Amino acid sequence: MSKGETGTIRLKTGLAEMLKGGVIMDVTTPEQAKIAEEAGACAVMALERVPADIRAAGGVARMADPTIVQKIMESVSIPVMAKARIGHFVEARILEAMGVDYIDESEVLTPADDRYHIDKMKFTVPFVCGCRNLGEALRRIAEGAAMIRTKGEPGTGNVVEAVRHCRMVMDQIRYLCAIREDEVPNFAKENGAPLELCYIVRKDGKLPVVNFAAGGIATPADAALMMQLGCDGVFVGSGIFKSGDPAKRARAIVQAVTNYNDYKLLAEISRDLGEPMVGIEISTIPENARMQERGW
Amino acid sequence: MSKCIGVLALQGAFREHVAALRALGVETREVRQLRDLSGTDAMVIPGGESTTMGKLLNELGIMQPLRERIDSGMPVFGTCAGLILLCREIVDSQQPRLGELDAVVRRNAFGRQVDSFEENLPVPVLGPEPFPAVFIRAPIIMNVGSGVEVLAHVTQDGDKRAVAVRQGNILAASFHPELTEDTRFHKYFLDMCQS
Repeated sequence: MSKGETGTIRLKTGLAEMLKGGVIMDVTTPEQAKIAEEAGACAVMALERVPADIRAAGGVARMADPTIVQKIMESVSIPVMAKARIGHFVEARILEAMGVDYIDESEVLTPADDRYHIDKMKFTVPFVCGCRNLGEALRRIAEGAAMIRTKGEPGTGNVVEAVRHCRMVMDQIRYLCAIREDEVPNFAKENGAPLELCYIVRKDGKLPVVNFAAGGIATPADAALMMQLGCDGVFVGSGIFKSGDPAKRARAIVQAVTNYNDYKLLAEISRDLGEPMVGIEISTIPENARMQERGW
Repeated sequence: MSKCIGVLALQGAFREHVAALRALGVETREVRQLRDLSGTDAMVIPGGESTTMGKLLNELGIMQPLRERIDSGMPVFGTCAGLILLCREIVDSQQPRLGELDAVVRRNAFGRQVDSFEENLPVPVLGPEPFPAVFIRAPIIMNVGSGVEVLAHVTQDGDKRAVAVRQGNILAASFHPELTEDTRFHKYFLDMCQS
């Protein structure tokens, strides 16, 4: 086999570029993975339980059983992602050894380290990480994340937190571009953001990696909203397989992400999708049960 | 000479192709629906997920009209997923495709993402300098018909396999010129559009 260099930053960020304009769907079985692929998902996230069920079950949520991930990998031809706990670099190494295409170092699982995230630069497999603001996004990128997503509030079917996090990142990018050059180091300090990455964001006017929306997206309109706010694509966790007609809803969300500006088309694809997942109002979730607070 | 190059923007790395073409001073248009197809003189089909793009091409009613345009000679350039969609036969897959390129392609032919790689690849039609080829979960062309010219190949398990080909108005590569600064592939395509 003719092989050059593997695991480069260009290959890691490049796969994320290929996912843009697409929908990444949470699945827990090979059957769900096939439904997702058939509906046009650009990748699937292999899980033992979707966030809504993790939230309901309580206790410690860990990396999925490798058998589940393996079966899902064997059932579809699109990229398969899987989640490791924040800071749990051994779970991540196990997923890498299995040949998972992307690892989500995710606040949906119970953190394994209360200070440090995984040193993602050392891995061949690329990582995606969640953020609520620009400083958090840039810290994750400095650690080697090749893709960023909003945290939102997973498993709620409530888009408000994803919107808040997306707007926050975009606002801070605009602010960083507008301030005087000599104010950049203070911005970096106040936001816990690596200075060199602040200069890169300032020069490009955007994050140096692809940025998806995640955490609470449940309808085609939610997905289109996140695209209009400037996200590059969408993760849908519990929103599909916790709804009445997953295949139809999945297809509709895929179309909504491609044609997020066409309201007539959005009206058409939003029809008769069956029951959406039951949503949770954020204020009813105690602060210590909010997944978005995990990660540092 | 003001040609408008359409870039299929259903999903994937279409922005990178738009940027590469604009840097070469060409007018581009993102094609998301059938109505965007009219007025384009050529088409780029980017990298992304071929199954996603194939399904959307069908659902949005673009597949057959685009196929007819390619049939009637419109220049088209497909990279990675774009190459897969252009091929007549896809090993072990019935997924939707344009099928205009007389070739048999195997998806994910090098393995999973951890096997993705970069390599400096000789592409003689682009000149003596090798091309920085970025292979991401890349396909390989297993066989080509007699009307297909092989522009670049790699050696896999002792066999020479095509990774860039041309068949008349169709240009296709299994790697991603749009992810590099090297614009020679896009220039080569623009030359095809002029002739």
